[in-house]
Amino acid sequence: MSLWLWVLAACAAVYATKLLGYLVPQSWLRHPAVGRVSAMLTIGLLAALVAMNTFSAEQTVVIDARLGALLAAAAALLLRAPFIVVVLVGAATAAGIRALG
Amino acid sequence: MPAPPSPASADRRTPLRHSPALRMGLSIATAISLYGISFGALSTAAGMSLWQTVALSALLFSGASQFAFIGILASGGTGAAALGASTLLSGRNTIYAVQMKALLNPKGFKRLAAAQITIDESAAVAMSAENPLEQRRGFWGAGIACYLFWNLATVLGALLGDVIADPEALGLDGAVVAAFLALLWPRLKSLDSWALAVLAALITTLTMPLLAPGIPVLAAAVVAVIWGVASKERGA
Repeated sequence: MSLWLWVLAACAAVYATKLLGYLVPQSWLRHPAVGRVSAMLTIGLLAALVAMNTFSAEQTVVIDARLGALLAAAAALLLRAPFIVVVLVGAATAAGIRALG
Repeated sequence: MPAPPSPASADRRTPLRHSPALRMGLSIATAISLYGISFGALSTAAGMSLWQTVALSALLFSGASQFAFIGILASGGTGAAALGASTLLSGRNTIYAVQMKALLNPKGFKRLAAAQITIDESAAVAMSAENPLEQRRGFWGAGIACYLFWNLATVLGALLGDVIADPEALGLDGAVVAAFLALLWPRLKSLDSWALAVLAALITTLTMPLLAPGIPVLAAAVVAVIWGVASKERGA
């Protein structure tokens, strides 16, 4: 039973972290600096997600098949491939490297 | 002579099924759903019941936080430690939520629903879209698709156990990396944006061994905010 309490408490706590951001007053968001900062934040967050998903492993940094996927995806993007093709190239590259290695 | 349609009004005529943001959302949801299967399998292996596993995916719904929660319990950690780690990991969702409020400003029940589906994938698709309609379609499309696929996959994984689908062997982790890069790509139009992206990626990578999982993304966010404020001051 006590495990259930921790499960539900974690669900409530995580939901609170999400809702919190929506409770920021609209007037704060109208400040002129917010647009500029928001654009930078978008780039920073997306780049961080790319890095985290490429190199993370149990709190260490590893270089593995995912780096190959990243480079192949970048090549596909340079060739102006559509989104779904880029995703498939990433998957195929990672799977291919693992199958060979 | 009629004025040429603005990009926004031209886009309004794009049927929903041709929406690029919606398609991106569906592709990402498909890629992450296999992780849902592993979550379901690992969660029951970690000693959670089927319904507790379902509750984590349906109510908590944030992949990294869910894996942290069951991972800590499986390795003998306390419930409090599991709660703390999953909440800390969800700190970046707060930042996404502020971004989504600025872009979409949902009200009433929609706000409560939007909060629940505010995760890496839905926020990333919305942020990468060029106009308000696509941002809305991207956020709700990716968020709802991820929610449905993730929950279905969780149940499958919990029932079938760990006999199926090793997401890594299929290269699904590579698909996720490629998807986030593709979302970032259109934003890298200037030297300035490249510099920030490289800096943010470096900070994330370098702090990963030092900080709790999920926190490096927050560190990168702080740097991005400072960058934004500083570039405003020098009049860029």
